[in-house]
Amino acid sequence: MTAAALAGDQWADLQGAALLGTDRRPLPEPGTPLAESVDRTDPATALLDLAALAAVRRRAGALPTPAVDAPAPAPDDTRPALPEPAARRLAVLLGTRGGHGSTANLAELLPQWLAAARARGYRPPPALVPALLDTARARSELRGDAVTLAGPLGRWLAPQNPDWRYVTRTAADHDDLDRPGELLWQEGLFAERVTHLTRLRRTDPAAGLALLASTWPTERAEDRVLFLDALQDGLSGADEEFLEAALGDRSKNVRATAAELLSTLPGSALAARMADRARAAVRFADGRLHVTPPDACDAAMQRDGIPVKSPTGRGERAWWFGEVAAAAPLALWTADTGLTPDRLLAVPTVDADGGGGAEWAEDLREAWARAAVRQQNADWARALLGAPPRPGRESRTPGAPAKLLAVLSPAERAAWTAAFVQTHGLGDAFQLLGACATPWTPPLSTAVVAALKRAAELGSYPWSHSGVLGMTERALAPETAPAVEALAADTSPDTAWSDTFTRLAGTLRFRQAMLGELAG
Amino acid sequence: MEERWSTEHVLSLAPDPASQKAAGKLSGPAPWSGAGTGQGALWGLCKGSGSTPYRTAVELGTPAYKCSCPSRKFPCKHALGLLLLWASGPEAVTAAAEAPDWVSEWLNGRSQAAADKAAKQQAKAADADPEAARKRAAKRSARVAAGALDLRLRLADGIRRGLADPPPAGAWDEVAARMVDAQAPGLAGRVRALADTPQDGLLEEYAMLHLLAGAYGRIDALPEALAATVRTRVGFTTDTAELLAGPTVRDRWQVLGSRDTADERLTTRRVWLRGAKTGRDALLLAFGRPGQAPDLALPTGRLLEADVAFHPGARPLRAVLGTRYGDPEPAPAAVPAGLSPAEALAAYGDAVAEDPWLDSWPAVLTDVVPVLTPDGWQLTDGRHTLPVRRGALADAALWRLAAVSAGHPVTLFGECGHAGFTPVTAWDAEHRPVGLG
Repeated sequence: MTAAALAGDQWADLQGAALLGTDRRPLPEPGTPLAESVDRTDPATALLDLAALAAVRRRAGALPTPAVDAPAPAPDDTRPALPEPAARRLAVLLGTRGGHGSTANLAELLPQWLAAARARGYRPPPALVPALLDTARARSELRGDAVTLAGPLGRWLAPQNPDWRYVTRTAADHDDLDRPGELLWQEGLFAERVTHLTRLRRTDPAAGLALLASTWPTERAEDRVLFLDALQDGLSGADEEFLEAALGDRSKNVRATAAELLSTLPGSALAARMADRARAAVRFADGRLHVTPPDACDAAMQRDGIPVKSPTGRGERAWWFGEVAAAAPLALWTADTGLTPDRLLAVPTVDADGGGGAEWAEDLREAWARAAVRQQNADWARALLGAPPRPGRESRTPGAPAKLLAVLSPAERAAWTAAFVQTHGLGDAFQLLGACATPWTPPLSTAVVAALKRAAELGSYPWSHSGVLGMTERALAPETAPAVEALAADTSPDTAWSDTFTRLAGTLRFRQAMLGELAG
Repeated sequence: MEERWSTEHVLSLAPDPASQKAAGKLSGPAPWSGAGTGQGALWGLCKGSGSTPYRTAVELGTPAYKCSCPSRKFPCKHALGLLLLWASGPEAVTAAAEAPDWVSEWLNGRSQAAADKAAKQQAKAADADPEAARKRAAKRSARVAAGALDLRLRLADGIRRGLADPPPAGAWDEVAARMVDAQAPGLAGRVRALADTPQDGLLEEYAMLHLLAGAYGRIDALPEALAATVRTRVGFTTDTAELLAGPTVRDRWQVLGSRDTADERLTTRRVWLRGAKTGRDALLLAFGRPGQAPDLALPTGRLLEADVAFHPGARPLRAVLGTRYGDPEPAPAAVPAGLSPAEALAAYGDAVAEDPWLDSWPAVLTDVVPVLTPDGWQLTDGRHTLPVRRGALADAALWRLAAVSAGHPVTLFGECGHAGFTPVTAWDAEHRPVGLG
């Protein structure tokens, strides 16, 4: 018997007597050194004396337990360490120390910080990695950046903590796919598989298609829709055969998604069929577009993704007409008429069977706008948006300007939006601003600050602009900070606007400083 | 010029999370004007909601704070915001040869007040009537002795009846109140804790309490050092000024770590030091009311040349800080020398042999790997293993330790005891200390 086990038995004897009480149990004789010297007159006192002896003995003679197996250490992280000030900033942004949350502004700035640090390929201080993983657990939009930044250490820590299970499912820059892609595809969770497919499509579209085709018949309908969506990346004529086959799918949503993808492939057979239908529906003559809407939605049209019934209950023929025009290749219109998109938009429409029909122009414009977005056609998007709005000139109301804007280059988007904000203020600008690349260009930033100034002067309330203000904190060009500070100083103190501008200026300074630290 | 503090250190001075958050909003240059630093102080004007800006100043050595705002929090968000601004970069706060008048006046006032206080204490010591003091002490000793005897009888009663048959609820609170009346707060605290002790740990607690009460009963027969230990554990305190008037130890003390614990009545800050020349460990304690940070701020890793006076005892550890010789200086980037888990446990055993009531003893462990096992976190050096004391640290702190180690051996400072090791500071791969508290 070992000494430790012997000591354990002696302690158990004492413990047993103490539990039942010395009135009922005899005093044990532990036989330890000095036990002889304990006065046995009162059994209870004697038991406490013996227990004190044993307890101090155990404490003074405590021995460590044998070694345990340590897991293999984390792989080395060869990235450069974050500059010291940037590391301190990260600690502030993550709100480490205590369990307190960060301020709203910091919450807005963390995503930018993470994206910038990720882009520069820094390694964060190891002590901050757990807080980083905790934060990204609660905010799934940060996961890609956070997991990349956490690097090999994050990957090593994650399997040990059930809270960080998401990490293994999150794709990051530095992965060389530790699991072979085929295995991931066969056994992974749905989100992992979509991510894997999307990444594969970006590097090797043909391999992505082959992978999807290999399991296609066994996938569930709701999964098939989302897998098809992933084909948008790297879409080309090579995908056409597969998509054509998907037009015969059992699921209506799969069919519709396949049709939409095919319609964005200008050379596809579906696009050609749609072009034929569009030609039959619209004839250009005498400087006018003569419209004959389809009189039926036959089986072929339905197979090509045109629903028989309008979901909003529009007239059947007008609905079919719109669907056909939106799915036809835009090049068809300029080629057939010899007109530019700009001119085409000004051509009046008439009913082909005589009389009326001016309202078709609106249907066509709507359909072209959808086509321009689907086919990512900048010429058409520009024409549909029209020239940037100018004060004093009535502008045409575009259907979904934010979506059309997104088709244009970032610089064009910013210029157009700046003109819009100058003319119309911020009231309707939320989605347009959201479509612009961040940080905003200096002219756009200046336009937004001027519009905020006008809104303050007109006596509106800051909270009626809260959406735009939140975006402004994230996106305003840092160069604009002095202008915002001047604005804060000019606004009468103790007003909601003065607080708003002061906070905005503070946030801008913070953002400028934090991005400056990362530039190191 | 004083070396700038880290953001983390500034935030550790905050009385509560709300203050940290509020200070974060004031950490940019926007609300500040006339911010400057010099003469060991930091100052600035902060634009608030009123027409006059608040005057905020911080004396960095102590540190001490002054602000014209009406906040009852201390330090207030303005003082913390100013420190954060200063911590964020040199461009935000300009170095000045001379402080503005309102700052200088405050600084002068502080040094005057300190001098007055010292003079008053000397006067008080001189005035005291030794005969009356001796009588008071004798009276208290008698009361404590009576309380200790009473407690021994209560404990023996419990053992006679059996621990499986617990006393009625509130019974221990009643005994604790009796110990408070007997002017033995140390005994009272241990008695109160019995109510929350699981059944299989009760005998050990009973035994240690029985040993302590018994030791007080024959305190006159104990060696002087052990008697001092017993007195301290029973609840006698020693005045700081009295300690500093006695023998002190001058050394270059390295700050090994610090940890704050808080309950609803008190925030307690523990700061552990180790003397570079003597190798002695010292534990400083500072307290703050809720809403106030403890006024002792010594960043981990710094070296401080100072006099330290130890509370008397068989195994002195708790100490008070006396004269400081210069500001804390940054330590060279090096990890302190340490022990293996087996040696650290043996060192604790040596300490227990001198003070049987010690739960733990400070130790630096060299080259241990933290490992999460089904039995909780363990620290292993490949030969032996120490468990991390359960419930001693928040999960987040243990994960931070795991991340700093990344599976590699690290140097770890903490408290080593019979219930396991409580980590306080880990040194990362670049030899920088990371606080885990």
